[in-house]
Amino acid sequence: MYAKIMVPVDLEHRERLGKALKTAADLAKANGAPICYVGITATTPGPVAHTPAEFARKLEAFAEEQAAAQGVVASAKAYTSHDPTVDLDKVLEKAIEELGCDLVVMASHIPGFPEHIFASKAGYLAQHAKISVFVVR
Amino acid sequence: MTDEATSSTGLPSPEGASDIIETDYTIGQDNIATKIGPFGLDIHNPVFVISGLTVIAFVFFTLAFQDSVGPIFSDLRSWLTSTFDWFFLLSANIFVILCFALIVTPLGSVRLGGKDATPDYSYPAWFAMLFAAGMGIGLMFYGVSEPISHYSSAFGGTSVGEDGARTDWAPLGAAAGDTATATAIGMAATIFHWGLHPWAIYAIVALSLALFSYNKGLPLTIRSIFYPIFGERIWGWTGHIIDTLAVFATLFGLATSLGYGAEQANAGLDFLFGWTVSDTSKVILIVAITAVALASVVAGMDAGVKRLSEINMVLAALLLLFVIIVGPTMEIVSGFFANLASYVEYLPALSNPFGREDANFSQGWTSFYWAWWISWSPFVGMFIARVSRGRTVREFVICVLLIPSLVCVLWMTAFGGTAISQIVNEGYQAVADAPLELKLFQMLSQLPLTSIASFIGIVLVIVFFVTSSDSGSLVIDTITAGGKVNAPMPQRVFWCSFEGMVAIALLLGGGLGSLQAMAVSTGFPFTIILLLACYAIVKGLMDEPR
Repeated sequence: MYAKIMVPVDLEHRERLGKALKTAADLAKANGAPICYVGITATTPGPVAHTPAEFARKLEAFAEEQAAAQGVVASAKAYTSHDPTVDLDKVLEKAIEELGCDLVVMASHIPGFPEHIFASKAGYLAQHAKISVFVVR
Repeated sequence: MTDEATSSTGLPSPEGASDIIETDYTIGQDNIATKIGPFGLDIHNPVFVISGLTVIAFVFFTLAFQDSVGPIFSDLRSWLTSTFDWFFLLSANIFVILCFALIVTPLGSVRLGGKDATPDYSYPAWFAMLFAAGMGIGLMFYGVSEPISHYSSAFGGTSVGEDGARTDWAPLGAAAGDTATATAIGMAATIFHWGLHPWAIYAIVALSLALFSYNKGLPLTIRSIFYPIFGERIWGWTGHIIDTLAVFATLFGLATSLGYGAEQANAGLDFLFGWTVSDTSKVILIVAITAVALASVVAGMDAGVKRLSEINMVLAALLLLFVIIVGPTMEIVSGFFANLASYVEYLPALSNPFGREDANFSQGWTSFYWAWWISWSPFVGMFIARVSRGRTVREFVICVLLIPSLVCVLWMTAFGGTAISQIVNEGYQAVADAPLELKLFQMLSQLPLTSIASFIGIVLVIVFFVTSSDSGSLVIDTITAGGKVNAPMPQRVFWCSFEGMVAIALLLGGGLGSLQAMAVSTGFPFTIILLLACYAIVKGLMDEPR
């Protein structure tokens, strides 16, 4: 049903990803589809990496780790953004296009009051993406 | 450890070799990720809390004890700028010399972000942001008034008081009754205050931050500059104090100039459209400016700050072209080269830190200006650093130092030169007599299409405030989030609104002058910080692969 699955990951908060990663892996195995883990970093040093290059290496290591642990075919793609707080949604939209994925599986939090002012990342994607979006809460 | 060049998948370009500093500190390790009400926060402990509370405490004390606190702050400022005038002048000269040295020595070929990094922004966008953050608003207000002040005082000649000290405010030896020399000295002195020296101050802060952040892997916050000096101690209280001081200077600098800006914009609107000058109109202006700034920070770097800066740049270029074309065109064109020559001619005398006869000028103007630029430098420098990744040091210094200085020469020649010509050739005194905030509009009123030009002028003033306010909020947010640029949105909304509220409190309570004096006083400790930064830059660059 699905040919390629995109999983946006926030390496800074890995502990919150468990359920989404598991869901994605199950779907990937059921469909025989590869997973592409997508990460977004600013160009300034951050908690995950000092440089965008280091970030990309860590993301690749993460993908390899997942491939081994979950038994899926996985790749990684890192993107940079001038202002991740704001541009994240747009970068993910671009990634869907570039990577040719047909399903997004992503973790999100339970919506609360702030979502009335600022849409959550997953919420935005579900609303704007042309492909299916699986929001894991 | 060397960060090897890897063309890892997905990145626009490999980063190439750079010299990452090894430290056990992880960015964000001191941060508290918490929730206040429904809003998620990710803030540095204790910088966020201390800076927020100190700002509130200072505003409160200033408002409560206005009569006694005000004079203390302004005395502190005058004491610092007159006692340490030599220190400010000497330091600024060192910054300029270091910048020139970086252009000509091999150190200039180090690339910010690693050997193979590519620039984050195109030249036009980069310039627009440099200018809007750096001095946009000042050019609007001082472009006409400062050349007139120096011209008039130089033309008036020198006068000596009973104690034998000079009582006039003329630069250098003045030029009593000599129009041509007074114009030359006046323009040279103005360009001196807006040319190489201020931009060298910004360049030093920006370069050191960019270097330690992009090439050495330290967080994008002021404390990182000190790594070569304090080592791991910058992660403790030494660093907290430095960062808090930077937030403090930035917030008060922005809030007081927002307060004064509202007064000036209100006066302009009154002059043009008869908008009554009142507290209500000023508060409306601050709220409106803050609201647009909020929209801009929420829209982010690319869709907000960058786009507004570009609009600003186009408007400013239009106004400049307009003045050149409808004003005394030939005089401006020849004046550009003449003023550049006067600047070069008088530069050694104007920048001499010792044995000055013109104490009123060198302390009251130059030393004050240097303290002022330096107190703005954490904010502007950090913003410039944020947008300058991927440039080589040489390219960076040429573009941050030389090109803006040349633009300032042109701007001052067009606006100030036209005004001086109106006074000298047309005997138009109104522009000389008008209060500071109206001089620009008085000058424009003598040119054709006054209402359109003045309207562009007032829009520019307001948009320049918006761009200062939004870039300032981003900077404060990054510092108080321990160098993380991806902190949750509510934080930058908080700083942007907080800045507007501090401005309104100061405007209504009447503490603008004293807190501005306080902000300028932070220029003194920052001068020492900048001198240390010079050492850090050279040392840091020496270790980089070229």
